[in-house]
Amino acid sequence: MSKMVYLVPLFPLIGFLINGLGRKQLSKSLSGMIGSGMVLASFIVSALIFKETVPESGPVTVRLFEFINVAGLNIPFEFLVDRLSALFLMIITGVGFLIHLYSTSYMHEEEPQHFARYFSYLNLFVFSMLLLVLGANYLIMFIGWEGVGLCSYLLIGYWFKNKEYGNAARKAFVMNRIGDLGFLLGLFFIIQQFGSLTYSEVFGRAAIMNSGATILTIITLLLFVGATGKSAQIPLYTWLPDAMAGPTPVSALIHAATMVTAGIYMIARSNILYTLAPISQTVVAVIGLATAILAATIAIKQNDIKKVLAYSTVSQLGYMFLGLGVGAYTGAVFHVMTHAFFKALLFLGAGSVIHAMHHEQDIRKMGGLAKKLPITHITFLIGCIAIAGIPPFSGFFSKDEILIGAYAHNPVLYWIGLGGALMTAFYMFRLYAMTFRGSFRGTHEQEHHLHESPWQMTLPLIVLAFLAAVAGFMGIPELFAPDAHKLEHYLEPVFAASYKIQETHHVEHSTEWILLAVSITLILIAIIYAWNRYSKKPETGDATGFGKILANKWYVDEFYEAIISKPLNAIAAFGNKFIEKSGIDGIVNGTGKSIQWGSRQLRLLQSGQVGAYVLWMVLGILLFFVLIIFI
Amino acid sequence: MPINYYIILAIALFSIGVMGVLTRRNAIIIFMCVELMLNAVNLLMVAFSKLHYGAVATFNPYASTGTDAQVFVFFIMVVAAAEVSVGLAIIVMMYRNIHSVDVNFLNRLKH
Repeated sequence: MSKMVYLVPLFPLIGFLINGLGRKQLSKSLSGMIGSGMVLASFIVSALIFKETVPESGPVTVRLFEFINVAGLNIPFEFLVDRLSALFLMIITGVGFLIHLYSTSYMHEEEPQHFARYFSYLNLFVFSMLLLVLGANYLIMFIGWEGVGLCSYLLIGYWFKNKEYGNAARKAFVMNRIGDLGFLLGLFFIIQQFGSLTYSEVFGRAAIMNSGATILTIITLLLFVGATGKSAQIPLYTWLPDAMAGPTPVSALIHAATMVTAGIYMIARSNILYTLAPISQTVVAVIGLATAILAATIAIKQNDIKKVLAYSTVSQLGYMFLGLGVGAYTGAVFHVMTHAFFKALLFLGAGSVIHAMHHEQDIRKMGGLAKKLPITHITFLIGCIAIAGIPPFSGFFSKDEILIGAYAHNPVLYWIGLGGALMTAFYMFRLYAMTFRGSFRGTHEQEHHLHESPWQMTLPLIVLAFLAAVAGFMGIPELFAPDAHKLEHYLEPVFAASYKIQETHHVEHSTEWILLAVSITLILIAIIYAWNRYSKKPETGDATGFGKILANKWYVDEFYEAIISKPLNAIAAFGNKFIEKSGIDGIVNGTGKSIQWGSRQLRLLQSGQVGAYVLWMVLGILLFFVLIIFI
Repeated sequence: MPINYYIILAIALFSIGVMGVLTRRNAIIIFMCVELMLNAVNLLMVAFSKLHYGAVATFNPYASTGTDAQVFVFFIMVVAAAEVSVGLAIIVMMYRNIHSVDVNFLNRLKH
């Protein structure tokens, strides 16, 4: 079955072509069916492949065709099926299918043409993402990497008639581009150093290098720049909250569950390079932790339901990078998986709320929705508990694994990370309480129209809620039961080389119990406090004092505006005025004008007098004589 | 006779022809000057032909060296005769139309 892996990306590609080309002919139900059906088909194939990778550990390489073969550099177009990519295939196609299904109902108000356009973009995204995780070399990953960036741009700007949404799309694209430049430079360094982009060759040659080699540090840092762009880390994270301009299912699929984890996949895939570059690892861990804390503080004071979730995504991605940075690769991938479930769930739940509220996103105008939207309420609550990290829900296991890994590395990282986790619990339950508890604060008309969403929307919620609740049992830590961490055993071959090099610090079980007890108690206190406070006395007006700084996102956007956009615009205006207008335009227009003037003078030679013509001819002949004789 | 004399004569004839074409306004005279230039060239060709033949003939009286220029000259004379008939016809038509053979009246070329 692994040999048939090309089918997995092929189905969404076909779906993209059908929906994209036939968008004016297809009816809405048909294009929805094609869009979701294709992803379902690739999910089935992925599941079969996944089943095969469980017993046998060897990676399978499937060569499709010769791609680039020039000057000693050979880059074939081939797919790599190993346990890491199989796991990602399951996440992408599984969550992807649920979100496609959800979209058929969520987007039903759109015109058929735009409805089909939406599904074609979504299918193209799934195709690119699958290419990204399936590639057996960095170039194919880069193709997918660019593809998902493009789809993200297209989908954020889906309602392109709104100027603000278009700006958000451009912002996302430009930010990603800055990161992509780093990624591309990293690839060039890899080619220069290893003469290949194929994973097996690069990692094989890197494994025998000395730890801390400068070239490895440069490569890994450049690749990390790419990851900060795609996975929204400091300093390139500001595009992700703005990306909420897109339709909510898009936010769930692209900007929470899959695309933003591309950076984590890339680092997990290149784990051996990072293990051999301790400086880069420290940078990854510090940036990840800083992002986690910064985004969490911002999320506390956001009032847009999707913005809270967006900052929470940035924050959770920060945790994943912390995990990668401290060498807890399994923990990071585990968190990718559980995060995909509960964050997709939360976003889809938010979509259901927004749908019921007729496109109202301000949580200050919600409240008391628990009774009106029972299924959304229960599933959203499960998502909140999962992300807050209450056992036995999935978020607890994965976040705990990362934090314990951080503790083993350096206890300071643990305590800061725990602070972030407390804030996570606090802002998630602030969001929950203000949306579902208390009394309704919207208009009467909105209250009258409140309704539970149709089954296409609630079914994905229920499935994801189930996954968010139980997915954690794939990775029960050794603390509770020896050898129960199935995911670690499953991913062992992928990270084996790194774990061999890494010095492992083990945390004593007694310490671990204490840390666990402390963290769960603190998180519970944060939850109860937030629940009580915001159920009884929800925020209504704008934030004041320090809260205002948080509500304005630490003024990071304004800061970027002042130090980057403004000077750039000033330079561009200067160039426009002096270089472009008087310089370049002067040369171009001057050429035209001088030729015009010259021809006007030459025209006078054409007098119509035969004698004059003959005279010119004779003079010309004489000139030739002179030239021939004297030169 | 040295070849230089022929060359100088031919140059003189040719220059007279050129100056005639440039300065005169009567179409018939211009026409005659053109003929003068053609014949200056003919003279030169015949002179060079004789020169080359003379150099070889002392060793081999049957040599054909230099004879092709003489054939050329005949061709040129035939072509010139044909040209004269066409040219004169044009001049006659010109006279019929504008009652003059002054080429300065023929300034329609720029239109």
